[in-house]
Amino acid sequence: MSTTTVAHHEEHAEHPSGIMRWLTTTNHKDIGTMYLTFSLIMFFVGGSMILAIRAELFQPGLQLLNPEFFNQLIGVHALIMIFAALMPAATGFANWMIPLQIGAPDMALPRLNNWGFWLLPPSAILLTLPFTLALFGIGDGALATGWTFYPPLSVQGGIGVDFAIFAVHLLGISSVLGSINIIVTLFNMRAPGMTLMKMPMFAWGWLITAFLLIATIPVLAGAVTMLLTDRHFGTHFFDAAGGGDPIMFQHLFWFFGHPEVYILLLPVWGFIPQILETFSRKPMYGYKAQVYSFWAIGALSVVVWAHHFFTAGMPVPALLYFMYSTMAISLPLAVLFFCWIKTMWKGSMSFETPMLFAVGWIILFGIGGLTGLMLADVAADAQYHNSYFVVAHFHYTLFAGGIMGIMAGTYYWLPKMTGHMYSEKLGKLHFWLTAISFNLTFIPQFFLGLAGMPRRIPDYALQFAEFNMISSIAAFVLGFSQLLFVYNIVSCARGGKKATDQVWEGAKGLEWTLPSPPPYHSFTEQPIVK
Amino acid sequence: MKNEALTVKEQIDLKNKKLVTKLVWLVIGSLLFAFALVPLYDVLCSLTGLNGKTSNTAAVISMAKVDNTRWVNVQFTTNVMPGLGWNFYPKQSSVKLHPGKIETVIFVAKNTTNEVATGRAVPSITPGIAAANLKKIECFCFVNQSLKPGEEKEMPLRFFVSPELPKEISDMTLSYAFFPAVKN
Repeated sequence: MSTTTVAHHEEHAEHPSGIMRWLTTTNHKDIGTMYLTFSLIMFFVGGSMILAIRAELFQPGLQLLNPEFFNQLIGVHALIMIFAALMPAATGFANWMIPLQIGAPDMALPRLNNWGFWLLPPSAILLTLPFTLALFGIGDGALATGWTFYPPLSVQGGIGVDFAIFAVHLLGISSVLGSINIIVTLFNMRAPGMTLMKMPMFAWGWLITAFLLIATIPVLAGAVTMLLTDRHFGTHFFDAAGGGDPIMFQHLFWFFGHPEVYILLLPVWGFIPQILETFSRKPMYGYKAQVYSFWAIGALSVVVWAHHFFTAGMPVPALLYFMYSTMAISLPLAVLFFCWIKTMWKGSMSFETPMLFAVGWIILFGIGGLTGLMLADVAADAQYHNSYFVVAHFHYTLFAGGIMGIMAGTYYWLPKMTGHMYSEKLGKLHFWLTAISFNLTFIPQFFLGLAGMPRRIPDYALQFAEFNMISSIAAFVLGFSQLLFVYNIVSCARGGKKATDQVWEGAKGLEWTLPSPPPYHSFTEQPIVK
Repeated sequence: MKNEALTVKEQIDLKNKKLVTKLVWLVIGSLLFAFALVPLYDVLCSLTGLNGKTSNTAAVISMAKVDNTRWVNVQFTTNVMPGLGWNFYPKQSSVKLHPGKIETVIFVAKNTTNEVATGRAVPSITPGIAAANLKKIECFCFVNQSLKPGEEKEMPLRFFVSPELPKEISDMTLSYAFFPAVKN
């Protein structure tokens, strides 16, 4: 009832200025900018935590951090990077670009969009507040269980666990609201003539991500709620003495946790092919094959979860099932890799910063995928499990595959969003520093893991010293080179060479038909797509 | 209900509202699914014996004949969980028996604190597939055990291994973890 009457008020050209503009905005571009800015800030918060950890791991022995604080940093680093840096970055691009790419005036549910964003800052505060409280003698710091919340440790832990549980609730609500908004926008707001199979790849990636979020985030919410009632209300979901089972938590958690990997990656798989086709100046290869691969990966991702805890104890048939189904994901992924490479094949390629990141991304993400295949092997996993090999593997998928992909997207769309060209020289420097220091950080960790160094431990045996030293130095280079990224973004937002509408010579799609930057209200008349 | 009088924008709003309702149901469905997994997990585990859980009630003494043609080695291991200041160990670390033969093994628990404490032993069997074949006739794990300060108690476990135990299994481990008892 009320929606039809309220709807007319949104046509205002006027909007409040100053802080109220950002607090009350329902404009998809404003909200997208807020998501992206929040993500960038949290990227540095999470990054400084891991630099403290790398500083501690520079040498064997305990120098800087006590073990409890070390454990807290490990868990909060992961939660922040996943939920507060990577996911909001993808959602920020979705807000900015999906309406422009499908020729819609705005997201379908603008007000919901505003709530979705403003749930994020409180949850970031909830995650980090226990650190500050501990300084004043309240509680014993943030959650120290690692981001996975495994009981019984998480049932015994201090108030940090409760804070993290509520933060996860808020983050989950935010993601679910965002997903509902994106699905409704993609289904109902496309320009006339744009069928689902004509949607840009980025829209497809997000559509699958949104459905995965809706299917799995509530399971995580349920699992952490059970944890909360186990902690405070006398239930025994995960307590063996009361008839529960701590292993069940691992099943519930990873039922969410594995699709989460694809939730983080699918939006990136969406826009990377768009970048590749732009800078190869030829049409994307295998659009349909890529869309079907997205479906296959989305479907497979929810039935493979137990490969995260092969060593927890499972009968052989279950081990085999989870091994083969996990390995099966590499088939549609191989199709994607083939399409990405074939898109560049014999193209008239040029290597501006977004393309450098995209090509580097293919190689590094490929390493992440192949080492994942090694981990999926039940027999071999007994050696790799819970070692630094796993740490290196998932940083190749989530830092290279996730964050470096997001960086490619940032450089690709930044001129469109700000109307100015960024400094190509600094961008390229940023790429080479990032790619080289990233590899120097994590390649040693593969070897450390193979040699038996366990993850999440603040001290280590002497034979691991050299590789840890290399890894720590490279991690600091990696961390500090990200300041170049910020400098480039900020100076690009402030001014610089004017960007053309199309920005890139080979760019295709509706977003490149608009002026740079696009007007506050765009596509109020929907374009017709042939 | 399509209405010609509605503007394009109103029609889209109506369509959006319908889709949002469906998606919200999907979210609620997923949440219910998470809680439904709890009983489903137990059902699956007891059907297949996946996680080595054994029955919590006494088994009926088997009329089946003792299978003298094969030996099974049953090993015992014990743990005391944090929060319970007890010593807890079996009097023998393993027993070799024929399937079908009833054995008694004595477990000893001693309260080393100066407070009365109640504990509950939770059994688990490796390999999990053998869990259904270990039949307990009498076990201290069926009920809570209370120990006075310094009290030492000998607790019997009477059991047999069912002759239906898969042929390839010749060793199994029965593990007991003593937890502080849960208040009900």
